Amino acid sequence: MSTVELDATQSPGAPRGAAQAAPRGHRLRIGDPIFQVLATACGLGLAVAMFGLAGVLVYNSWPAISGLGTSVFTTVAWSPVDHQYGALAALAGTFLSTLVAMVIAVPLALVIALLLVELVHPAVARVVGTAIEMLAAIPSIIFGMVGIFVIVPFIQDKLVPWLLTTPLANVPGIKPGPQNQGGGLSIFTAGVVLAFMVLPFITAVSRDVLKMVPQVTKEAGYGMGSTTWEVMHKISMRYANSGIVGAVFIGLGRALGETMAVAYLIGSVYTQLPRSLFDPGTSIASLIAQQFSEATDKIQVSALIELGLILFLITVVFQIMAQVWLRRVQRSTGGRA
Amino acid sequence: MVGTTVDEQTEMHSQATVVPPRLEVAEDRRGAVEDFDQLPSEISVRDLDFFYGKEQALFGNSIEIKKNRVTAVIGPSGCGKSTHIRAYNRIFNLYRDQKAKGEILFDGANILSSQIDLLDLRRRIGMIFQKPSPFPMTVFDNVAYGLRQHYRMSRSDLSNRVEDALKRSAIWDEVEHKLNEPGNALSGGQQQRLCIARAIAAEPDVLLMDEPCSAIDPVGTAKIEELILALKNKYTIVLVTHNMQQAARVSDYTAFFFQGRIVEFGPTTKIFSNPAEKQTEEYITGRFG
Repeated sequence: MSTVELDATQSPGAPRGAAQAAPRGHRLRIGDPIFQVLATACGLGLAVAMFGLAGVLVYNSWPAISGLGTSVFTTVAWSPVDHQYGALAALAGTFLSTLVAMVIAVPLALVIALLLVELVHPAVARVVGTAIEMLAAIPSIIFGMVGIFVIVPFIQDKLVPWLLTTPLANVPGIKPGPQNQGGGLSIFTAGVVLAFMVLPFITAVSRDVLKMVPQVTKEAGYGMGSTTWEVMHKISMRYANSGIVGAVFIGLGRALGETMAVAYLIGSVYTQLPRSLFDPGTSIASLIAQQFSEATDKIQVSALIELGLILFLITVVFQIMAQVWLRRVQRSTGGRA
Repeated sequence: MVGTTVDEQTEMHSQATVVPPRLEVAEDRRGAVEDFDQLPSEISVRDLDFFYGKEQALFGNSIEIKKNRVTAVIGPSGCGKSTHIRAYNRIFNLYRDQKAKGEILFDGANILSSQIDLLDLRRRIGMIFQKPSPFPMTVFDNVAYGLRQHYRMSRSDLSNRVEDALKRSAIWDEVEHKLNEPGNALSGGQQQRLCIARAIAAEPDVLLMDEPCSAIDPVGTAKIEELILALKNKYTIVLVTHNMQQAARVSDYTAFFFQGRIVEFGPTTKIFSNPAEKQTEEYITGRFG
């Protein structure tokens, strides 16, 4: 109260002891506007970079957009020798490998995050949490190599032969298609490795948002006679849902754009749509990576840049969808704004 | 009005006129006239010790919580009030290093025994926390939470019971048209009554209230106090409070805690007018704490 009264009796900006403390007051008055200008500049810079990126992509892919028209979306094969620039195979490979990755990684990440926050001893949680975070620091080429040396043989020699003995072998999408090369280098393999690559991101972010659920809310849940599982999935997960969706989209963005590991593992078939998850294929990012250095034709370069633009747009659309969904969830559950 | 939110201000404007005077509700001071030993006990605590790790927080607490009475637990901060009632529903079990020793008899069984069904215990002994803690779901779902968890019932039965619980918690009129809005969109006082509705919907026998009004503005506090007086006909209530006026206003019996020990326990009127212990007198007259 006393400071308020003092302020009221003195001119603003001249607190008690202003004579001695003048330089400090001076600095504070200047500091805020400077910081505001700097922050605004950084914020604007980000927006400019974003739109600039989109602009450059559009500009450089224009020859392909105008020259090839919609054939990029309507034809399957990418075959520069035949002047065919169809992206359907790459799009299909991108979506399928990402789907496989998310189907594996999201539940696993959530279970691990809940385990770390709710169930295990804090010391164990710290160690395991650090280990998972270190997964994120491993270069993607290493994941690609592990995929080549470990996952590919496993899927080719163990998983696919076993699958063929089960009724699943006849399910469309599982049953290896005509391009089957044994299933080792396939969309599925790329997806599995992608899952491990996005796992640490989803886990770490989910864990952090789950940690922010107030203790009293959880206690209230237990106080109502809930089991740990009920508190976790009815209360903690709902409380944290916006953060968890954010975490999933971080993983999704990474899976969609991941290049090297996928290029290693997906089989690099550019000309045919996959009929099965165990077929080889390609993804947008790995197609760009593998063809860009050899692209000489102007239209080919431009078409590859158009692929980049498509990838960019896909992630933007996913982001927007996530935001819309989040807003709806928050309205109905009262999650954090 | 300083420091209140817009929500609370509207609540104050619309409700300020209907707050009845309290304090002179003479017939509610039952502790003064009835025979304590003749009353049935809902909970009997015997020699309760409590430990945070190696540090002992409660020392030999023994107390009888009488059925359908409000028992207030008062004492300076850190004296073990909350710790004491957190033993009644074993909520302390969530924390590895917390341990209770002794006996807490409830419905013929020792709550502290490992054989007790914790889920049913916590349904029967509901808890209201210091900070309003609505779940991240709609008002309706908040109240239906315990019902869905512990009972199987038709949808119409469920909504009847939700309505009933909200009415008994004196909040129905305020949320009747907000049942599908998020629980945490309500004002602080409303949230706390929502939590009370959530607890009583599950048909408990006992309500533990851990400083339920400490985060609530005066009008909200008045409503919760009225509610406590109304609820004791059906439930046994243990109210932890650092507000001595509140203890005097709503409780029948009062226990004074100091440094983990129950210094004095008796009818509220006696504790506040003629305490037997010097420490109690010093505390209630505001000389420490």
